[in-house]
Amino acid sequence: MSLLSSRSAFSRLADEVGTVDAVGVEERVAKYTTRSIKKAAKVQGLKLAVSMLDLTTLEGKDTPGKVASLCQKALHPHSDPDVPPVAAVCVYSAMVRHAARHVADSAVKVASVATAFPSGQTPLKIRLAEVRAAVADGADEIDMVINRGAFLAGEFDRVQDEIAAVVQACGSAALKVILEVSELETYDSIRFASFLALRVIREGDFIKTSTGKTGLNATLGNNQVMIEAIRDHYLDTGVAVGMKPAGGIRTAKQALQFLVAVKETLGDAWLTSARYRFGASSLLNDLLRQIEKEKSGAYQAPYYFTEAAESY
Amino acid sequence: MTTLTAERKKASGRNGRAAPELIFGDLWEFDPAPETADPRLKPRYDLFIGGEFVPPRGGKYFDSINPGNEQKLAEIALAGPADVDAAYAAAQRAQAEVWGRMPGRERAKYLFRLARLLQDRAREFAVAESLDGGKPIKESRDFDLPMAAAHFFYHAGWADKLEYVAPGRTARPLGVIGQVIPWNFPLLMMAWKLAPALAMGNSVVIKPAETTSITALKFAEIIRDSGLPPGVVNIVAGAGETGAAIVNHPAAAKIAFTGSTEVGKAIQRALAGTGKKLTLELGGKAANIVFEDAPLDQAVEGIVNGIFFNQGHVCCAGSRLLVHEPVADVVVAKLRQRIRVLRVGDPLDKNTDIGAINSRPQLEKIRELVDSGVKEGAEMYQPPCRLPSKGFYFRPTLFTGVTQSHRIAREEIFGPVLSILTFRTVEEAVEKANNTAYGLSAGVWTDKGSRILKLSTELKAGVVWANTYNKFDPSSPFGGYKESGFGREGGRQGLLDYCQLT
Amino acid sequence: MKRLPITKTPKVYVGGAFIRSESGRTQPLADASGAFVANIPQCTRKDARNAVEAAAKAGPGWARRTAYNRGQILYRLGEMLEARAGEMAAAIRIGGAGEAQAHKETAAAVDRLIYYAGWADKYEQVLGSVNPVASSHFNFTVTEPMGIVGVIAPDEAPLLALVSLVAPAIVSGNVVVALASERQPYPAIVLGEMLATSDLPGGVVNLLTGLRKEIVPTFATHAHLRAVCGVASAAERKTLGTGAAESVKRTVLRPAEEPADWYADTAQSLYPIRELLEFKTTWHPVGA
Repeated sequence: MSLLSSRSAFSRLADEVGTVDAVGVEERVAKYTTRSIKKAAKVQGLKLAVSMLDLTTLEGKDTPGKVASLCQKALHPHSDPDVPPVAAVCVYSAMVRHAARHVADSAVKVASVATAFPSGQTPLKIRLAEVRAAVADGADEIDMVINRGAFLAGEFDRVQDEIAAVVQACGSAALKVILEVSELETYDSIRFASFLALRVIREGDFIKTSTGKTGLNATLGNNQVMIEAIRDHYLDTGVAVGMKPAGGIRTAKQALQFLVAVKETLGDAWLTSARYRFGASSLLNDLLRQIEKEKSGAYQAPYYFTEAAESY
Repeated sequence: MTTLTAERKKASGRNGRAAPELIFGDLWEFDPAPETADPRLKPRYDLFIGGEFVPPRGGKYFDSINPGNEQKLAEIALAGPADVDAAYAAAQRAQAEVWGRMPGRERAKYLFRLARLLQDRAREFAVAESLDGGKPIKESRDFDLPMAAAHFFYHAGWADKLEYVAPGRTARPLGVIGQVIPWNFPLLMMAWKLAPALAMGNSVVIKPAETTSITALKFAEIIRDSGLPPGVVNIVAGAGETGAAIVNHPAAAKIAFTGSTEVGKAIQRALAGTGKKLTLELGGKAANIVFEDAPLDQAVEGIVNGIFFNQGHVCCAGSRLLVHEPVADVVVAKLRQRIRVLRVGDPLDKNTDIGAINSRPQLEKIRELVDSGVKEGAEMYQPPCRLPSKGFYFRPTLFTGVTQSHRIAREEIFGPVLSILTFRTVEEAVEKANNTAYGLSAGVWTDKGSRILKLSTELKAGVVWANTYNKFDPSSPFGGYKESGFGREGGRQGLLDYCQLT
Repeated sequence: MKRLPITKTPKVYVGGAFIRSESGRTQPLADASGAFVANIPQCTRKDARNAVEAAAKAGPGWARRTAYNRGQILYRLGEMLEARAGEMAAAIRIGGAGEAQAHKETAAAVDRLIYYAGWADKYEQVLGSVNPVASSHFNFTVTEPMGIVGVIAPDEAPLLALVSLVAPAIVSGNVVVALASERQPYPAIVLGEMLATSDLPGGVVNLLTGLRKEIVPTFATHAHLRAVCGVASAAERKTLGTGAAESVKRTVLRPAEEPADWYADTAQSLYPIRELLEFKTTWHPVGA
């Protein structure tokens, strides 16, 4: 093997897509947290966040009944007709057929985690079979996990080929590629992995931060690195990919900060559920509490709001 | 990134499709978010001499206006020579009889107390600072006030440890220090000047800038509340004549000045042969150097922070961007996108990124230099943003196609105006960066560690920010080379400029 | 018949070469008894300018030398002076000093060179710092030489004072244009010959002889000199301060009216080095 071709995949990709300074990213996103969103802008932002939700339940103890009540909440989050339904319900592949039944004929999509979520540690053909099964059961969207083991070993072609295979398996379903940022650890790796995915997915697909099953989930920092990758990819190729931060976003205030990041980095064209999603469960209730508070002027008690699912 | 641009050019040619663009519109527009804390302004501010607020002997007052809306905020006592004389007399007495003799541990406690009392009233002071000077409340709240308090806190701890400042020698106070400070960081500059001087056992006569005296005189209230012995700090307001009276007063053992190079030179001339000590922190025309391997988005953020922080009213502002030719187009494109989302307007709105220019004369100076840039053939870009109808505002401005001989590449503009030049090699970057009479600060952006160390060695500047920009800390010495002045403020090095060694 | 000795034509050491004034002017030097000794070059504004040019050429290279190397070269200069102490003492005696005094001054000058030679690789450790800033940055302050320094030597202790002013300037990497004692220039002429054999690169120290009234105003206004240090009268201090203001030059001047004790322990310390240094603070983020 020649010296040049043996340069690591990391440094070759770094040369191609550039690196990230961690402290600089933290400083950039700290500015989002100082934005003060008031009055009409706040209500608009809160409703927008509701419309971008992938309302999620991903538990071993999920049952058709639990999924049914989740779907009900997704379709009618609030008695106020001005509050839109959420974007999707997100469930395990075994629950897709139950969810599909409940949200049929509505705008609410069914998203399914697949590919041996959350670890992804099964043979590729099994992961692909799971994707096909979920789509066959009625999933509109597939949330896959990337092969972090292969990524950290520098086997970038393998990571990318697997994503491409899942794209094929999805057919017309949209794909969300979960990088599992906490396992990639550095912003550099998050940027590299974003590009590996961006280069093989389609307009309307998404990249996504996390499974929600590890210690660290969506932060403004890794959201920033990923939306900058989406922006650079869009400006280079014209292909607009969506973004989904998932896990750890529990409060309305956090959600608004993420939306500010979108507004100031990707611009207005990404302020839509077609291009931005929140993967969350407990966030919805806080959004509803704040919408209600803006309407009535009074702070709301949590038990006014249903389905306070604690787990992500 | 070069491959990315090349691809982009291809993409825009392909299929005849227009190049992709981002839309920064008003789909989700923010409502006004004014800071509502009461700045507790008085209609009239007197001088602070000998621990008391006293009217000026000449009976004259001048108006301080809000540059954000051109409304009068308060009137400020104009100090004449007799007032300056009284201030020095009070300072001499206090230094000789009380402050200079006080054990360091006791002086320390007063400084700690000043830090705490300032923290207590931080929001009130932040609002006053933004009203009087035009800077965004976000900055006065999150930068000026915390940093001012931090300077007192840091230097307080030195007051009883001065034997560690100058190994082999004993550091002793100089006596009375005359200090003249600028309008860009009114309260913070006051903290930078007072804290080391007081920690060392000196007393002070200080003059804030004439357009921004309010927070200095509000700080007099804190000095009074702290119980600091009368006369240790005396605050006299006024313009150039008052400053000259401070500089030329025979009782001054040292003059410390922060401001323009022009005035700094005049002060140095005035002090020639007098034996008074002098430190000067003057202007700058800093180069911010971006290499092709830099983390570009963070570099762009650093460039923005470097030139648009405080409307560009920053002596160390990164006003000359030197960008490596292979990434020049990408960096400029990213910069244009980034400044599209900067919010220009009411300094008191919590979402404002760029507030008001400090004064009408400063606004005119900026306009004049920007006009010269256009006339001399540089290409200007300003994002489309609405400016308030009243008040002094200027859009964030980029100039491309700038060369070393353009006025906008040589003269300090002190406004939100960035001149962009390109370079091809490391040597050329260093040469262009150093090709200025100034030498206050510089920035360098690259992923290569050894290159950072080489540049930080070769750039003739007192502060080098590598992969960051416009960072400050009380423990970090600040000050310039060449015509940016001499002496340092902050850290152990800064203390040495406020003492005599025996 | 007694052999007629060859007398030396005094030349000044500038840019590593021995030159006479470009003006061709000289000043006769007499010894304490009034007897003619030699014609000393009377350097002019232009000689000062040429010396600054020579210093400017030598500066970057000298500053880039390792501290260890600069220390060794200063030590080597001490060796040269020690080895030729008798010749130097004779030069000092021209001004009227007794033999013991002349030897004392020479020895003190050697010791002073050795003292500053030892500082070369240590002052940075005492003056520099790593600063504990309250953010995710590594922040450190290092010193740098200022560049070209003008030195104005007094008449008392013509060798020791000159060495005491020049050594702390060059030890950190500055380069010097020095004006020797106007009344007792001969030791500086001899010192130049020792500098030339000390491994010190040409142009690092440039010695001028001549009239203060001609050279001091040039030092004051020459913008390329970043500092002027030495001993000056009240009028000269005013001239230097006023001229320095035009380019914000640093002045470190002792009053000529209060002659210093150049032999005292307090005449040498870290702080004369510090006065001719810049402090540079570098920030870098800490993050993976």
